[in-house]
Amino acid sequence: MPVPAIEFRDVSFTRPGGLRVLDRFSLTVESGDVLALVGRSGSGKTTVLKLVNRLLLPDAGAVLVEGRDTREWEPIRLRRRVGFVLQDVGLFPHLNVAANVGVVPRLEGWSPERTTARVDELLDLVGLGAQTVAGRWPDELSGGQRQRVGVARALAIDPPVLLMDEPFGALDPLTRAELHTEFRRIQQRVRKSVVIVTHDMGEAFALGDRVGVLEGGRLIAYDRPDLVAASREPLVRRLLDALPVVPRGPVSEAPGPEGDERGAASAR
Amino acid sequence: MKALFAFWIAHRGELAALLGQHVMLVTASTAVAVAAGVPLGIFSARRPRLASPLIGLASVVQTIPSLAMFGFLLPVPLIGGVGARAALVVLILYGLLPIVRTTIAGLRSIDPAIREAGVAMGMTPRELLRQVELPLALPSIVAGVRVAAVVAVGSATIAAAIGAGGLGEYIYRGLSMVDTTVILAGAIPAALLALTVDAGLLWVERQLSVRRRSPRRRAAAAGAALVAAVVLLTSGVAARRTSGAIIVGSKNFTEQLVLGELVAQIIERDAGMPVHRRLNLGGTLICDGALLTGDLDVYVEYTGTALTAVFHAPISTDEAAVFDTVRNLYAKTGRTLLPPLGFNNTFAILVRGADARALGLRTIDDAARQSPRWRAGFGYEFVERPDGYAGLAKVYGLRFPEPPRVMDLTLSYRALASGQVDLIAGDATAGLIKALDLTPLDDNRHYFPPYDAAPVARAETLLRYPAVRRALEKLSGKISADDMRALNHAADVEHRDISTIAREFIEARITRESRTSR
Repeated sequence: MPVPAIEFRDVSFTRPGGLRVLDRFSLTVESGDVLALVGRSGSGKTTVLKLVNRLLLPDAGAVLVEGRDTREWEPIRLRRRVGFVLQDVGLFPHLNVAANVGVVPRLEGWSPERTTARVDELLDLVGLGAQTVAGRWPDELSGGQRQRVGVARALAIDPPVLLMDEPFGALDPLTRAELHTEFRRIQQRVRKSVVIVTHDMGEAFALGDRVGVLEGGRLIAYDRPDLVAASREPLVRRLLDALPVVPRGPVSEAPGPEGDERGAASAR
Repeated sequence: MKALFAFWIAHRGELAALLGQHVMLVTASTAVAVAAGVPLGIFSARRPRLASPLIGLASVVQTIPSLAMFGFLLPVPLIGGVGARAALVVLILYGLLPIVRTTIAGLRSIDPAIREAGVAMGMTPRELLRQVELPLALPSIVAGVRVAAVVAVGSATIAAAIGAGGLGEYIYRGLSMVDTTVILAGAIPAALLALTVDAGLLWVERQLSVRRRSPRRRAAAAGAALVAAVVLLTSGVAARRTSGAIIVGSKNFTEQLVLGELVAQIIERDAGMPVHRRLNLGGTLICDGALLTGDLDVYVEYTGTALTAVFHAPISTDEAAVFDTVRNLYAKTGRTLLPPLGFNNTFAILVRGADARALGLRTIDDAARQSPRWRAGFGYEFVERPDGYAGLAKVYGLRFPEPPRVMDLTLSYRALASGQVDLIAGDATAGLIKALDLTPLDDNRHYFPPYDAAPVARAETLLRYPAVRRALEKLSGKISADDMRALNHAADVEHRDISTIAREFIEARITRESRTSR
């Protein structure tokens, strides 16, 4: 049996303020699998991602990437084996699209020719014409284009692991649906071990090979999407009812889950 | 306006040299401020606890008036003294604040998500700084450099007070001659320089922060800035005077400028040595300090001033005794007082000629009786000196209703003539006394010591270059009080060029006489 791509073993993590975000949290992501992690704001989803690429270290327990404890990984090496796509993408505004995608290859000391070839290939992969967008600046792109560039940048040196932090959260529903399809297409070609974090249950069902539900610092469900959807666990049910469903307009955090509960339930 | 252009044309060589010095001061100080300020800003942007006290300190430094800062540095070894070095130190200190501040601001304004993206991509702190943070903070940093450079252009004009050169020399010279043309001759190029620097760096800043930057455009901006810096630095270096010259100083009023020029020219002519002029230094103690540190080789001092202001010795009115005392005191500190030039520039207590005639004023005693109805105005030095106002008031029982107004010595003549004050302490040899119809009052109680003008030089210099001593001795006894008044009059009233006045005097009085005596 191959080594799991990512493994959390009884991980606890407390924020500097004293808030316990993860409490003896365990989880395994098999190589080539997509895990969609769902939870409400503040449930610790982003913390899980940051523990994988050692932006954070656990207080207790261990996080293993490719079978190795993150404490033993040299952080820079680890982060270059783990692609990261952020919610607000974080494209460098002083670099054009090609330069943004080529950042990590340049850090790795690739030749300019090799970098250019790879950038063209990646832009092609994420469905952006290399000739049209390579020379553009981040502020000249639409939200969807920016996300695609963010994915291309994260895949630049072909890392085995990809982390995505609410990658489609800020997009309109149509673009979002389009990118979901794109994501599945790309994942079929590249077969990365992916952890994708979302507060949108529908998105989790659309993308994950496995869906994990995070509540109160623990994983209260972790299974195939259809099994999670059918779960009778009361907390999971409540979350399923509370969380917004795709497609239903731009996601807004403002009204809060309580206010939306009834409407969401009846729409279902 | 015509006079101004005529002045520039007549002095084009000097103007170019002063402009070069000015540019040199600004470029060099700004370059060092950038080299120190940007790393300091980066360092403190990451340590918020350090940033606020550091910015606080820099702000305090910024609030010290530049003239005071030059004064503080005078006695400091290595970085202080007079001349370009001390000026650079002050300009660098002033430049640091805006650069540190904008570097911190630029780095702090970066979206945390962008920084996080860099870290998550596996950038080392160094890679993050060089590839992400600095490029994004660059427009802000350049804005700070712009402020620093413009401030430096302004402060550098004040640096002329400590002999750093630059366009401020014209401003100070103009102030001491009360000649607006000369002031403008320095002030206008300085203002134009400031505007040019401002516009140039603003352009660079814009190029770096335009929405659609192309790498070519950024490269062009960086290249243009680099070329400009190189051109400015080389022009500045080229404008620097040669070292190994005899450095002649003077204080900052007309008579001293004339005497400084006379001393400089006689050394050039008779000793055949190159001379570096550091005229217009801001006062007795600056000149004295510079002579001690070797920043000056020679300047003309007055015996009574040396006695009281430099050595704090008791006041004496015996001319020969004062000269001997001062010569000995100088000798003990490695300096040589040469024979007197021939005139006593005592303080002249001056009133308006009209008042003197109407009230029948002849002596200071006469004036003391009027003092409860009068206002007095004095130069900075006179208020502070032991042989100055305090003693005078005591000896003559002067009782002015309000404390004397303290003003620039040269301006006080005009203030008296225009009725803003009623009594001043001027120089007995001032050309303005006659020109403005002022009346000197007799020091009937013999308060003032003698003020025989005599060159004082570093003993070391005279030993090394005996020709310099021989040249200086040619001036001994050659300048009478009438001569000095005429020379001052030519400069102050006729607005004639000081170097021409000095040259004509040397040709008419020194070279000719030495030729006939041979």
